[in-house]
Amino acid sequence: MPEKIKFFIDGKECLAERGQTIYEAAKANGVYIPILCHFEGLKPVGSCRICSVRVNGRWMASCTQPVTEGMMVENQTPEVEEYRKAIIEMLFVEGNHFCPTCEKSGNCELQALAYRYQIMVPRFPYLFPRKDVEAFPTFLLDHNRCVQCRRCVRAIETKDGRKIFAMKNRSGQVRINVDRKLAAKMSEEEAQKAMEICPVGAILKKEVGFKVPIGKRKYDFKPIGSEIEEKSEGVKNE
Amino acid sequence: MLFYDINKPNFMQGFLMSSIKRLLKKYGKNRLHLITFLKELQAEKGFIAEKEVQKLAEALGLSMTEIEGVITFYHFLTDKKPGKYVVYLNNSITSEMAGMEEVARSFEQEAGCRFGETSADGLITLLQTSCIGMNDQEPAALINDVVFTCLNQEKVKKIVAWMRQGKPVQEMVEEFGDGANRHELVRAMVKNNIRKAGPVVFGDFKPGEAIRKALDMAPEEVIEEVKKANLLGRGGAGFPTGLKWEFCRKEKNGEHYVICNADEGEPGTFKDRVILTERPQMVFEGMAIAGYAVGAKLGLLYLRHEYTYLKKYLEHVLQKMREEGILGQNIAGKGFDFDIEIKMGAGAYVCGEESALIESAEGKRGEPRDRPPFPVQKGYLNQPTTVNNVETLATATQIITHGAGWFRSMGTPVSAGTKVLSVSGDCEKPGIYEVEFGLTIKELLEMVEARDTLAVQVGGPSGNCISEAGFDRKICYSDLATGGSIIIFNKTRDLFAVVRNFLDFFIEESCGWCVPCRAGNVLLRKKFEKIAAGRGTLQDLKEIEAWGKIIKSTSRCGLGQTSPNPVLTTLANFRELYESRINKEADFIPEFDLKEAVAEACEITGRKFTEEHEHA
Repeated sequence: MPEKIKFFIDGKECLAERGQTIYEAAKANGVYIPILCHFEGLKPVGSCRICSVRVNGRWMASCTQPVTEGMMVENQTPEVEEYRKAIIEMLFVEGNHFCPTCEKSGNCELQALAYRYQIMVPRFPYLFPRKDVEAFPTFLLDHNRCVQCRRCVRAIETKDGRKIFAMKNRSGQVRINVDRKLAAKMSEEEAQKAMEICPVGAILKKEVGFKVPIGKRKYDFKPIGSEIEEKSEGVKNE
Repeated sequence: MLFYDINKPNFMQGFLMSSIKRLLKKYGKNRLHLITFLKELQAEKGFIAEKEVQKLAEALGLSMTEIEGVITFYHFLTDKKPGKYVVYLNNSITSEMAGMEEVARSFEQEAGCRFGETSADGLITLLQTSCIGMNDQEPAALINDVVFTCLNQEKVKKIVAWMRQGKPVQEMVEEFGDGANRHELVRAMVKNNIRKAGPVVFGDFKPGEAIRKALDMAPEEVIEEVKKANLLGRGGAGFPTGLKWEFCRKEKNGEHYVICNADEGEPGTFKDRVILTERPQMVFEGMAIAGYAVGAKLGLLYLRHEYTYLKKYLEHVLQKMREEGILGQNIAGKGFDFDIEIKMGAGAYVCGEESALIESAEGKRGEPRDRPPFPVQKGYLNQPTTVNNVETLATATQIITHGAGWFRSMGTPVSAGTKVLSVSGDCEKPGIYEVEFGLTIKELLEMVEARDTLAVQVGGPSGNCISEAGFDRKICYSDLATGGSIIIFNKTRDLFAVVRNFLDFFIEESCGWCVPCRAGNVLLRKKFEKIAAGRGTLQDLKEIEAWGKIIKSTSRCGLGQTSPNPVLTTLANFRELYESRINKEADFIPEFDLKEAVAEACEITGRKFTEEHEHA
């Protein structure tokens, strides 16, 4: 068996497999590091930066950074948590997020992170950008809610490897661009997958809504991240 | 015999298909060449039509959105039909200082349309672009890729009149610059303005000597010599070149590549342009030496789109080198094969970042990669790649010829050798200065004949804005590091205008991948405007500093990690300027001015805004 790497998160000794990222290793050790753009099974891209940690004074995204021997990771220190909170707030003011009217409310990872980080009012001024909603045969794409995490870009492809979702423009104008012809051929299942992979309410499957009532959704019971932390509690109790 | 009726729509279709087929035949059916395809298609008609995108997507096995993503990423690619003449006026700070506003207005007046638009007759499109590397001869513009420098109202009038006559753009260039700018394959009005030629890059150079000498050494010895010379990367980051080559050589698997980064986009930097104009062979020999050192057979010169006018000339230099046997097969008869290709950029500052440059060289959006793996491990085509700056490679050539000892006798112990500076802004003698490291800002200001200097921007917008208190500081890696950009501001200048220009630059050039850089810089600009408008408080100064630190810390690449520097360094070095703008009595002033916000509504309804409303 290959030898494991010893490293530390906020002083806690942890073990990692060689090649594991800080995020993966933290999770395996029952430590929650918040993520938004990352989705297990997809290649991490480090776009949201919410998983930022500090190692020897240097900031890095834990979803892309591999663990090295003896690494001292700062995760739940006040400054790291403060910076993450700021990034979540940036996402709120950069788009138009109105939770009460959103189908994804309660299942939305951005909303869940805002609750976990106890965001009352963002420190930044709202940008109120003008964004549109696009309709495709099986799904809707609401650019107001998109956080440019690129999960759909990475996850949804045709059988011959063409991207149905791709990035368009750059800087603040960057947006998801859907190939209309290829999107028209997407099956109900693929649309469902696209909706599920979207962390927010940007991609919504058509003709279904509020199947699970608000109040009984994923994050209505427990805060995001608690599934990882509970596992750790369980280990401790054994 | 085939007969085409040009009035029938399928004539154009036939034409289209044939040009795409021709491209695929010329370059191969490989997405690696996507940007080349797009540039060639655009060269034919001025833009890339949807039909072409569709055909290209089919041929390359891509979706149309993937190709649209590439087109919309770059400044100089477009899917919208522009005018016959496309003017890209440079909006960098040195252009602003030299009267860009006046030139812009006169373009608008003469063309009859505003910037961002095409004239009604479809003749002229007016656009702005970030620094084009002509800061010592501003205001400058690219018109259909031809460089126009030192523009003024009269020249604009003349140029637009010529456009109306249908004159080819190249023929509008009446006077050529100095040196190789006069070469028949260049014929540019660009001036070199070499004010101080130093002993390294602009020193004695015998073509072919360095590469022959290197090939008599073992590759490890070449690396050792460069390491001994303590050559640090000249692009700005200062990574030890010998170490980079060693890392790259140590990667055993796969093909190895050398890339010369000629995408200098940092506003105020134009030294690589002059090096490529006057010392191209020194750079190319440096690439071959690097190739020999790391074990590569192919080198790419990634040339920024703005320097398209140098492409034919550089290709000619390469061809001459091949004919002389110092490039290509069996170089100098010593059994080493190495060749160089030129890859054109398409306009994106972020492509100066080495991993973004590699993405772009692979025909994709120029978005930086996550590291590790580093380019020396997995770079171009996921193979070990060393990416070095133009000046670094030229310097390496001279180190091989003259030896590490000679090189280390110049500069300081940490920062050996010389640095080519591009100086612009408020001074009598803007241009190129090759100086030894360790020169103080004060000495530099005297050399360039700058008077009443308020501030010196060292290293461009991503660098440091120095006040008089710092004029004894030295230009070197352990004090003031710079990729070569030095912009001088005298006491008549408003530093707030400078900071605003720089912030706009970063907002425009952010690739948009990560949140702190994409959204954070827009928010930083908003806060800055609040302060600049006299609506800031002490709390706002604290906040803008804190926000800047968040962006610096959490951004994904060097662009975001340095983008708040215009604010942070002026705040540190010119704090009194910010303090003079804020309201020291107020604890809090809201983001927006209520009176101003309701002014239009008041006018429409005919009601008056009164003080009570403000406190309601």
